[in-house]
This record gives sequence, C-alpha cells and structure tokens, in this order.
Amino acid sequence: MKALVWHGKEDIRYDTVSDPEIEHPRDAIIKVTSCAICGSDLHLFHNLIPAMLPGDIMGHETMGEVVDVGSAAKGTLKKGDRVVIPFTIVCGECEQCRRGNFSVCEQTNRKKELGDKAFGHTTAGLFGYTHLTGGYPGGQAEYLRVPFADTTHVKVPDGIDDEKLLFLSDILPTGWQAAVQADIQPGDTVAIWGCGPVGQMTIRSAILLGAKQVIAIDCLPERLSMAAAAGAITINFEEESVVERLNELTGGKGPHKCIDAVGTESHVSFGQPDTILDRAKQMLMLENDRPHVLREMIYVCRPAGVISIIGVYLGLVDKIPMGQAMNKGMTFRMAQAHVPRWTGDLLRRIEDDQIDPSFVITTKPILLTVPRCTAPSATRPTGASKSCSGPDPKLEKGGIHVPRKHHWDRPFGG
Amino acid sequence: MSLVNITGIVRSEGDPHIEDKGPSSLTGADRLARALGWFSIGLGVTELVAPGRLARALGLDDKAGLIRAYGARELASAIPTLSVDKPVGLTARIGGDVLDLGTLATALHRNNPKRGNAAIATALVAGITLLDIAAYAGVKAAHRREPGSDRNYSERSGFPRGAQASRGLARQDFQIPADHRAEGMVADGLPTLVA
Repeated sequence: MKALVWHGKEDIRYDTVSDPEIEHPRDAIIKVTSCAICGSDLHLFHNLIPAMLPGDIMGHETMGEVVDVGSAAKGTLKKGDRVVIPFTIVCGECEQCRRGNFSVCEQTNRKKELGDKAFGHTTAGLFGYTHLTGGYPGGQAEYLRVPFADTTHVKVPDGIDDEKLLFLSDILPTGWQAAVQADIQPGDTVAIWGCGPVGQMTIRSAILLGAKQVIAIDCLPERLSMAAAAGAITINFEEESVVERLNELTGGKGPHKCIDAVGTESHVSFGQPDTILDRAKQMLMLENDRPHVLREMIYVCRPAGVISIIGVYLGLVDKIPMGQAMNKGMTFRMAQAHVPRWTGDLLRRIEDDQIDPSFVITTKPILLTVPRCTAPSATRPTGASKSCSGPDPKLEKGGIHVPRKHHWDRPFGG
Repeated sequence: MSLVNITGIVRSEGDPHIEDKGPSSLTGADRLARALGWFSIGLGVTELVAPGRLARALGLDDKAGLIRAYGARELASAIPTLSVDKPVGLTARIGGDVLDLGTLATALHRNNPKRGNAAIATALVAGITLLDIAAYAGVKAAHRREPGSDRNYSERSGFPRGAQASRGLARQDFQIPADHRAEGMVADGLPTLVA
C-alpha cells in the first residue's frame, strides 16, 4: 500500500509499504477514507519529539471502513462499518480507562518500558507518534491496523460527510476537553492562546459552554478572522500588547480561564524576547519547549483562575514563574485529550447541527501530495488551518482551499 | 550512529515495512542548506582549532585571533542553518561571507607572498556565497505566499445555527464532570459565612 513515512527531520516520503495484517484477536484493519494533518505531526516533522524511527507511518486523525476484524473484536465491529479512529488507543479495561482517563490507558502502549522511563509511568499508545507511546503505524496510508479495535473506534452513521466526522478523532474532542477542563461557567471570560485547528475547536467549545466573553490570541489575520466568525474577540499579538488588552477587556482583573492551544512551538519574534532565548536553547538542546504562552497565561490570569493546557508539550521547560502561579492560587489542568470520553456526546452535537467541524478544513490534498504541503505549512503556519488527505485519487486537490498553488503544480520530488 | 544503535529502540516486527521509497518532502534547497550547515561546522571547528595555521597560509599572520572569532561565528550560524529556521542561519551565513570576503581582500595585495592562496580562498568563499544565496532564496520561496493570496475566513463560524444562537447551547444538556471542576468559592463550602 502507499503511505506517508517518516524518514527524518523534514523528510516525509510517499513510500510503498507492506499491507498491515491482523496481529491480535482484538485488531481490525480499516481502509482509510480520510486522514488529517495535525499540529503534532509538525512536531514530528521538525524532529522535536524523540524516538521516531525511519519507516514510521504518520497520521493519527483517521477514519475509514472496516475491512477485516479479529476474532475478539467481532462482537462490536463488522466488515463495512464506518468508523472514526481516536488518536489514543484504549483498552477500556484498566483502572485509568474505567475512570475516563483514556489518554493514560495503562495497557495499550506496547513499549511500556520506554513509556515508564520517559514519563515515570506509561501513557496510552498513540497512532503515528513516537515509540515512547508505542510507535504504532498511523493512518496517512491506504490501510490502518487498529489495535484494541473493539474499544478504539467511534461508529459513525452513513449520510454525513467525512469532513464533518473526521475531527472526532482528535481536534474536536481535544478542543472540547480544553474548555471542559477549564470548567467554563456562564459569565466567564476565557482567553485562548493559539487559533490553529485545536484553538478554533476550543473557541467553539467555550461558546457552546456559555462563556460570556471568548478572547482569541494569534498573529495570523486569517486565523483571527476564523475566530471572530464564531464570535470571539481577537487580539493580534504582533499589533497590540496581550496583557494590556486582556486587562482592558476584563476591567483590569484578567481572564477567569486561560487556555493554551499552542504548546511547544510558540511563535518566535523580537516582540517577545523570551521566545528568542527559548528558540536558541531549543536548538542547542538545552530546553525542549518554548513556553512563552504558559508564562503569559500565568502572569495575566485572574487570581484563583484556571490554566488549561491542551497544546502539546514535549519535555523540559525553563523559566516558568511558579511564584506567580502559587501566590495567585492558580489551578492547572492538562492532558492529551481523553478522546472516547467525549466522542458520543460530540457526535450527537454534530448530528444535531450544534457544530459543524468541517469549517476548519482549508486544504484537501490527495495522499501523494501531502509531503509537498507538509513542508511549507510547517515552519510558519500560513492559515492553511487544516489539511485532510484521502488516499483515493478521486479526491481531487481542489478541495475547499488550496494554499500556495505553485507547490501543487510543481513536479513532485524536486 | 543511528538512534536504533544508541537506544536499542526498534520498530515492531509486524509493522508495515518499506518496499519502495518514494518522493520526499525535502527540497533541493533544504538539502543544500543542510550541507552548508555541516560545512559551517567543519570550517568553524578548523578556524577555532588552527587559526594560526590558516592565518599563515593566507598571509594574514596578525589575524589569528580574528579567524578564531570567525570560527565561533561559523558554529553559531550552523545551528540555525541545520534547524527548521534555515533562513535565519543562511542570513547569518551570508553576512559572514561578506566579512570573510572583506578580510580576504586585505590579503590580496602584491606584497603578500601568499597572495595566490588568498585568491583561491576568495574564489571559494565567493562560490559558497552564491550557494548560500541560492539556498536562502530556495527555502524562502517554499514559504512565500502568492501575491493576492490573503485569506479571510470570516464566514466560517462552524455553528450551523449561527454564532449568537449557539452560545450556551451545550449547557442545556451538559454538566462539567466532577473531576474537571475547578470553580467554587470558600462561601460555597462554608455557607454559614454568608448566611
């Protein structure tokens, strides 16, 4: 089959690989119909996440049709079922799964000893990600083996386009959890850093949860325009001071809830000198992440407020003002999304026309052309908010929006 | 040495294996930038370790200290050149090339017995400068937007019922789970305080 394969830093290739097979009775094989590119894929593309190996298949926002089912998964899945695959692989049996903490499932990381060493205690297995989380092949391919398939799937009905359902795999529940774990209440002012796809879903979730005032922070006008479309007040941090503007919008008290939808690769600019220092340290491997957003959130958040972190962090961060956080009595909540905890409810909201997540799609490349679109969107996000690929050549590249057309026209590989 | 050899991490046996490698996301400019970054490291280390020998070879005997400083500069520019921020590193390299050419120009006078070496070095640096400029133009082009391609997504609310009608919609049938609550005041816990 064809697949997008990680070969090293900035080196993703459109390779021919062997087909996946059922390896365990709980497995299923799906024929992929759509798979999106995630911000986390860019961290892999930039080789910031350790323990990737050449030959690893990318992709963790996948949906498709079941084409083969292991004997132990036949009670819940059958050939022909249409499924969205959560990026977290869950057993459904361990103590963490029973508590709803699916992203820290105790059983699905097949390289548990690595996870234990890296994190202290293992987290869940993830598709298309580092070997610290199992190194499972991802869904940017024609076929995907789904381990623990009897519990790692969301059955979805026919009659709704892939584009509306695909993001149940990651960014919709991720944005929803960012808002939920901030404990958003009616009357709250919620500030959200980062208007990429996760930030956009977080903005919609905060509004659905009744936040009185949602403030979206980014530097890309097109992303801010998308945030404003949902009713958010926008701050372009390259044009105005985030702290001053947030204080102005909250009567000098700061937002009740601050949400980090940026994570490790925050924007580097001379206007934010700490980001330059972080970038230099990152290059010298003295620091893993660029935590400018964390510092700013802790500083500006209202005392006794909540900091919700959903943007991915990788390892060690420097100069976090714990003195401010402790003295202001902040509550911190963070996690990789516990996807299956929210998908049933969110699917119902999609069916009920409360939200249509397809608004975030700006590019629909076919699988062959994804390496070409990964590269330019990686270093500087260009408002190509979300790309979802389909291996079917019939899915023409026209899509909804194709940025930087010259890349698509250029012969491949050169 | 590969990560596999250092850490012992290996791909799992049943996972799909590569049968035929296809085209890559790496462009020619990316590869050139990478080569120039490694060249910077090689030259930088040489200038740091043996500045006197280089100075004598070029007839710049009194500039060993300056050549050592240039070595540090080469290493500093190599780091961003090898990172994803290639334009920053390549800009630094082009600036460094100008400094190198300026310094070499002082060795091209007739009285320098090593003028031939200095002329060869000047030609090499000029060639490298052209490669730096080509790499810079290539990596910048990959991230440049077409003129007039500004995008506006102000019609994309994601709320089929409209943004205003959607505010608080989920509150009708959703409660924040107990393990995700953070709100509450002292008064909630001690109602007698406010009674």
